[in-house]
Amino acid sequence: MAEENGEKNGKGLFGRVRKDINDLKDTIKEKGKDELEGLKEPEKTQVFRSIFRVKHDETPRNRALSVLSNVFFHLHPAKVNRDAVKYKFTWGMGGITFYLFIVLTFTGVLLMFYYHPSKVQAFRDILYLENDVPFGKLLRNMHRWAAHLMIIAVWLHMFRVFLTGSYKRPREFNWCIGVLLMVLTLLLSFTGYLLPDDQLGFWAVTVGTNMARATPLLGTEGPFGALLGMTPYNDVRFALLGGSIVDANALLRAYIWHCIAIPLIASIFMALHFWRVRKDGGISGPAPIMLESEIKEEKGHRPVILRPSGMV
Amino acid sequence: MRRRVIWGMIYGYLGINLLMFLRFFFPRALYEPNTIFNIGYPADFSIGIDQRFLMTNRAWVVREPDRIFVIFARCTHLGCTPEWKPAENKFKCPCHGSGYDSEGVNFEGPAPRPMDRAKVAIDPTGKIIVDTSKLFMDDPRAGVNQFNDTGAYLPV
Repeated sequence: MAEENGEKNGKGLFGRVRKDINDLKDTIKEKGKDELEGLKEPEKTQVFRSIFRVKHDETPRNRALSVLSNVFFHLHPAKVNRDAVKYKFTWGMGGITFYLFIVLTFTGVLLMFYYHPSKVQAFRDILYLENDVPFGKLLRNMHRWAAHLMIIAVWLHMFRVFLTGSYKRPREFNWCIGVLLMVLTLLLSFTGYLLPDDQLGFWAVTVGTNMARATPLLGTEGPFGALLGMTPYNDVRFALLGGSIVDANALLRAYIWHCIAIPLIASIFMALHFWRVRKDGGISGPAPIMLESEIKEEKGHRPVILRPSGMV
Repeated sequence: MRRRVIWGMIYGYLGINLLMFLRFFFPRALYEPNTIFNIGYPADFSIGIDQRFLMTNRAWVVREPDRIFVIFARCTHLGCTPEWKPAENKFKCPCHGSGYDSEGVNFEGPAPRPMDRAKVAIDPTGKIIVDTSKLFMDDPRAGVNQFNDTGAYLPV
């Protein structure tokens, strides 16, 4: 009886539990081994593959894929014309402008932590940033310097594009986008100027919006403004200021335009601008350098130059 | 036909949204200082320029032997607030240097015409009521001079 019981139990609950415990020990050991191997070669773990998706061994396919299948990189081409990086030709001005935009965004966001866009607090917040906030002075000055430099860089970039004929076929549309971006940059500068609510900014906006008053059709004092029933309380200047005087509403609106609306619009156009540069054949560079290896000498024929960019 | 109706509805909806979006930028109630204010009795002012309502209401009260009028303190060039300089007997705009004489008539700088004057009236109690939203101008280019219209000054 006892043996029967013992046998029954051996194949029964107790036996199963013992078997499970033994199996568990083996599984844990295997898992432990996997973990250790994972630490030695992190690229082979499932966690890594889930995050990065592409293999990272050095094949040309993977090198291209690491750019093309990356959400941040894929606006950039996988390969760039060797001659495009000739800074004597481009001065890198477009890139500098973009870099300054990044600097401005970053410093700007940090400044936003201490700035209240209200008439009571705006001016004092700037003083507070300059004198009390750790690195506030540096941050504010970086923002201001980057703003001035970005305007200069944008102009120089425009000059470069013009003087190198990089607006010609097929890049005409990209030139137009560039002009639009230039206007957006100037608007960013203008709206940001008002935010410290100091004498400089206040009067600059007064003058600027008073010029808006003279807009044809949409301004009170512009030609044909009276025809459309424009008054100081419903013309385009009123819409810009949120009122008929440069006051709290104007400050808040300048803040929103400066920090949110115009950067969003500018980002969209920048993405389009960079995309068009890529699609139009890359940075239009100078006459490509000929390497010996690229000159195909055919007997009796002129040497054929293989243009790296492939552009006509 | 049905497709057209539906597209029409979509465009209509988007069009209305666009109109709503544009209307959104024009607030109804404004928290601005009242443009109508009272400045006291004519006898409170002596001959010359009085600055006591400049900071609060953007107005200079000018008393001459035969009349009182109120200059709206906005430079006719680009809208800055000029300064009254008693020592030089002129108004000078700090923005671009427009100069006006003691009556607010431009004589130097980029200002195209004299500073505007605000509407003035006497209320039943004898106090002067000024309304800076109603301005009288003297524009030689347009051949218009409203400085002698009723409401542009008060004879005293």
